[in-house]
Amino acid sequence: MDSVAHRLSAVGAGAALELRGVTRLFGALAALTDVTITVRPGERRAVLGSNGAGKTTLFNCITGDFPPSSGTIRFFGEDITQFPPYERIRRGLRRTYQISALFPGLTVHDNVYLACRGVSRGRFSFLRPGQTDALMHATESLVQAVHLTAVKDQRVAELAHGQQRQLEIALALAGAPRFILFDEPAAGLSPTERRELIEILTSLPAHIGYIIIEHDMDVALRVVESVTMMHNGRVFKEGLPREIESDPEVQELYLGGGHE
Amino acid sequence: MSLLQSTQFRSDPAASATRRAFLRAWPDFQNPAAWIVALILVIMPLIASGFFLIEIFATTLILGVIALSLMFLAGYGGMVSLMQLTIAGFAGYMVAVFGVSGNANISLGWPWWLATPMALALATLFGTLGGALAVRTEGIYTIMITLAIGAAFYYFTNQNWAIFNGHTGINTVATPHFWGVDWRADIAFYYVTLGVAAICYFAVQYVSRAPFGLALQGVRDNSRRMAALGFNPNAHRIAAYAFAAFIAGLGGVLQVWNYRQISPGSVSVGACIDILIIAVVGGITRPIGPFIGAFIFVLLRTFALDVLIKFGLDGNRFRLLIGLGFLAIVFWSSDGVIGLWERWRQRNKSTATRRSGGHHG
Repeated sequence: MDSVAHRLSAVGAGAALELRGVTRLFGALAALTDVTITVRPGERRAVLGSNGAGKTTLFNCITGDFPPSSGTIRFFGEDITQFPPYERIRRGLRRTYQISALFPGLTVHDNVYLACRGVSRGRFSFLRPGQTDALMHATESLVQAVHLTAVKDQRVAELAHGQQRQLEIALALAGAPRFILFDEPAAGLSPTERRELIEILTSLPAHIGYIIIEHDMDVALRVVESVTMMHNGRVFKEGLPREIESDPEVQELYLGGGHE
Repeated sequence: MSLLQSTQFRSDPAASATRRAFLRAWPDFQNPAAWIVALILVIMPLIASGFFLIEIFATTLILGVIALSLMFLAGYGGMVSLMQLTIAGFAGYMVAVFGVSGNANISLGWPWWLATPMALALATLFGTLGGALAVRTEGIYTIMITLAIGAAFYYFTNQNWAIFNGHTGINTVATPHFWGVDWRADIAFYYVTLGVAAICYFAVQYVSRAPFGLALQGVRDNSRRMAALGFNPNAHRIAAYAFAAFIAGLGGVLQVWNYRQISPGSVSVGACIDILIIAVVGGITRPIGPFIGAFIFVLLRTFALDVLIKFGLDGNRFRLLIGLGFLAIVFWSSDGVIGLWERWRQRNKSTATRRSGGHHG
């Protein structure tokens, strides 16, 4: 193991996210095999790999959408391996989905409001929020942060693709996130929208770490400080962006491998 | 439409924002038709005879309340429950069992103000337990489980004599008398049902925009994402069943007061399906739908008989008419009569704008 990877995984107890020997089987197919990853609080990391490398399965194991078949996952020191997704989210974990997973029947405002409500008290409240409600303010400012104020009363089904991607990010920023998983946030975005996305990612408070799955290297390598390369459900390489970029093995596998 | 609104409210942005929020929260208050309907309902006893008041309007409101509980589950939660009438019937039975009836060996003889809350509490518990079973499944399996609960309860009431008095049921159920008023007298009872129906209607409308209702619609649209936002989707679904069961229970209490008796026939599988038909024909996207559906259903049930006999057909074929209407609705308007109405208005509006646009251009 080279020194950088060693340095990145040697943080131990103070880790934001710590996966140990995580394996996920779908029948006989191993989507993840013995994945061990450690991410510091505030660290920003890209996960690269071709289709089928296990990137999204990795996210699903971390958030509990599909629990791992074996291995343990710790979030800020707490073992969350057996927790249902909503318990992990309430502890400050967030994610976005590769294919927008929004509430098409509700307005933009209501989508963001739900995200804010989900990580606070009163999820079962039968009382409507007043205009002065603190969560309403949080909702307004979050809608503004992703540039959707003009369409906040529109139903999500009526939004353009780029706006839906921005809303997807807004949902992950609700409340007080400590760590976010971004699953291909730039997919299908125009160059302008990509610039906006990079701006949103780089302007996140420094204590919020994230993992980003991104095929667009221009986006991915500009917003992260470390890279995990996956191949066939295993961690193939870890390192700094420039090391990964110039690594001949990685180039052969991924960059020069005719992917996209 | 959004263009029209923005010109209309341009004058004062702050006030218009508040007003818009209010109108979105309570759409009925800006609708003159809603005010007219409300007025007609309130002065109905001046217009209608006792027969119409009870057999048509009170019955419509009661069936509407029970179907409203299904609309809440299906429209906002995406869960089609066929046991809503069973819950209502259970509440009715409990009113008869705990309250006063002609079957003194069964009824405990509690006063109505004790028996009714007890019946509502037990009905809510029943609906919550049934819901806790049903939320483990989705789609067709939810329908099957709730139908099974309904069928099981029907056969149980038929065979249990200790509490439900078998197939004869419980007769001469006492109704409330207080403040010197017989609340089962035609006019008084009409106002009781109108009051309960109005409360249920506005409660459903209110809750649909409260955090609980919004979260339920979120669970309907994408339960996996709701979990990834910190919500426990199944807990929300079960809570929705509890809320719907309370509403259905209110309908059931009114129903047993209306007929003054309850028997297995009141909770038959056919009656359960009638509630589904009422909700679907009316439309399950809005709380008003079930009441419109119930009105159509009651009118057909009451008058189709005479009409059919006039045409020389068997009067019992009124279900044929309802069935044909149901098929027509399912084929042409999946969101029921209110869906038809909305599309018709939309078309009129768009032709009107086109015409006025022509004048300007």
